[in-house]
Amino acid sequence: MRELTFTAAAREALTEEMARDSRIFVVGEGIGVRGGNFNTTLGLYEQYGPMRLRDTPIVERGFVGMCTGAAMTGARPVVDFMFFDFILDSLGELINQTAKMQYMSSGRLKMPIVLRGSIGIGSASATHHSGSYLPMFVNIPGFRVVIPTNPYDAKGLFKTALRGDDPVLFLEHKLLLNSKGHVPEEEYFIPFGQAAIVREGQHATVVALGSMVRKVQEACDELAKEGVSIEVIDPRTIAPLDVATVLQSVHKTGRLLIVDENFGPCGIGAELSAQVMESGFDDLDAPVMRLNGLHTPTPYSPALEAAVVPNTQTILQAIRDLLAE
Amino acid sequence: MMTNLSKEQSLALWRKMLLIRRSEEQLAKSYAAGMIPGACHTYIGEEAVATGVCAHLTYEDAVFSTHRGHGHALAKGVPPRELIAELFGRVTGCSRGRGGSMHLFSPEVGMMGTSGIVGPCILQATGAGYSFKLQNTDRVGVAFFGDGAVSNGAFHEGLNMAAIWDLPTIFVCEDNMYATEVPFTDATRNQDVAARAATYGMNALTVDGNDVLAVYQAAGEAIQRARAGNGPSLLHCKTYRTRPHSEGMRDGGYRTVEEVEYWKQRDPITTLKANMIAAGQGVEADFEAIEAEIKAVVEDAADFAKNSPYPDPDTAANYIYSAQ
Repeated sequence: MRELTFTAAAREALTEEMARDSRIFVVGEGIGVRGGNFNTTLGLYEQYGPMRLRDTPIVERGFVGMCTGAAMTGARPVVDFMFFDFILDSLGELINQTAKMQYMSSGRLKMPIVLRGSIGIGSASATHHSGSYLPMFVNIPGFRVVIPTNPYDAKGLFKTALRGDDPVLFLEHKLLLNSKGHVPEEEYFIPFGQAAIVREGQHATVVALGSMVRKVQEACDELAKEGVSIEVIDPRTIAPLDVATVLQSVHKTGRLLIVDENFGPCGIGAELSAQVMESGFDDLDAPVMRLNGLHTPTPYSPALEAAVVPNTQTILQAIRDLLAE
Repeated sequence: MMTNLSKEQSLALWRKMLLIRRSEEQLAKSYAAGMIPGACHTYIGEEAVATGVCAHLTYEDAVFSTHRGHGHALAKGVPPRELIAELFGRVTGCSRGRGGSMHLFSPEVGMMGTSGIVGPCILQATGAGYSFKLQNTDRVGVAFFGDGAVSNGAFHEGLNMAAIWDLPTIFVCEDNMYATEVPFTDATRNQDVAARAATYGMNALTVDGNDVLAVYQAAGEAIQRARAGNGPSLLHCKTYRTRPHSEGMRDGGYRTVEEVEYWKQRDPITTLKANMIAAGQGVEADFEAIEAEIKAVVEDAADFAKNSPYPDPDTAANYIYSAQ
């Protein structure tokens, strides 16, 4: 069984697709000779040169708009933001142009563009290098939003992103980048909109996003010692969101908790809660609960930083509260 | 300016300018009659720029334009029927009724869209240049934008990228002296757009934007240069819009009647005709024949638009993603 890190798995997907399709090019700051701040493009510049591995000036709005025009005219750009926070400088282009282009052209233009970057709290990165902001993009029609949590999914979902014709946000949690896992040698794709049931259980359902999947698993290991079995679902993609798998699980367990380090208001937990209420109300034995990061900018000091994200203990407590309802 | 264009070539430019003029006069009339539910930004007075530039382009070249884009669409090859139907909100419009005046899409002829936001077209044309270079073609990307765009970040970011990567992109600034009603002189200390472009290290020149032959010649050289792999150019075309920013708006308080009158005397269509006749390149009858021809085309387009169906409401959420 071959093991790769999350980063190496995603890079393997990019390497394979760049070899297959000469229209794919990557832009970003330091993704050329440097190979990317997070080694996302390591070794590719030597193979493909500057036209396909393009170091840019620090102009997020500029290169997102540039890549939008390139995607409209037959190229397949990959934008490597390094830190996903930097995407905020390009929101006007992304929301008013990139996301709307297929619609406004009645499907006569395609928008094959992948926008990737590191997200997440937990490495004393402070408030400009730790954001995720993903619910904002889910709110906008036109984007696909992908948040893999292990190397196998990272490769399979990245391959799907690179083959598709839609704008895809590919979010890579910093705490997962060096985690290792099985990645088969043979080619595979993971379709968007298919959640993974990463743990089967009977007493409650927990939907976890990004780095929260691992923390929820740790909490569930504790509960298992007490004879409590929890079903854990990793949505893998937020747009599209696989609500059907969550509804099926809630039909079995009757209880739902969503654990997400992102902000709570108008977030994925709020959306899932509403959808489960609309379509699975009779299955619920308790109110749907959410556990989110605090609604605050991310502080730097590890003492403060740890206080703004859910951890194994707060997750454990949230599950106990849900079971007590 | 006189060039070595043949009579037929010059008449073709005149015909295209007239098509834009008469189509937009029809749009203004239709707006007043309540046939256009949204905005209508005319290009009347600026026709020489789109005409002179697009005469060098094929459907394979990509044009990205701004909120004042009717002229660019027609010059690039969007049929008048599809333009007028689009402003009428009909399914036969170039954007199938999804866009209106500010969102004209016709990728079939290389009209890659106009935009209600000032600036993005500059970046997208830069990206088209990148794409065409990546794919080893001699196609070019062209951005049309106003003086109101040149202090926007997109202008500086786009021009810089096009210059450092030698992209086949042509930036056409249509300086009509006002961003809606804010004078260009109030928006920047340096109104020399060509000089600003030159600081990014690109070929840049100032052109009389009411002289279609001058635009034709400058654009021809810039496009040839881009196709040959010698990088981007900027054309600073000085021109003037003689109607209000948008149909139905009052048009006073920011410019004088005398100023408008001065520019009407420099009308690109009457100027070319007078120059051609003076140079022995045509007689009144040549122009009358074209007038009659264009009149029929525009009347047909307006009838077509009026008689076209509205889009099916059930399709309102189609095409958000590629699979739909």
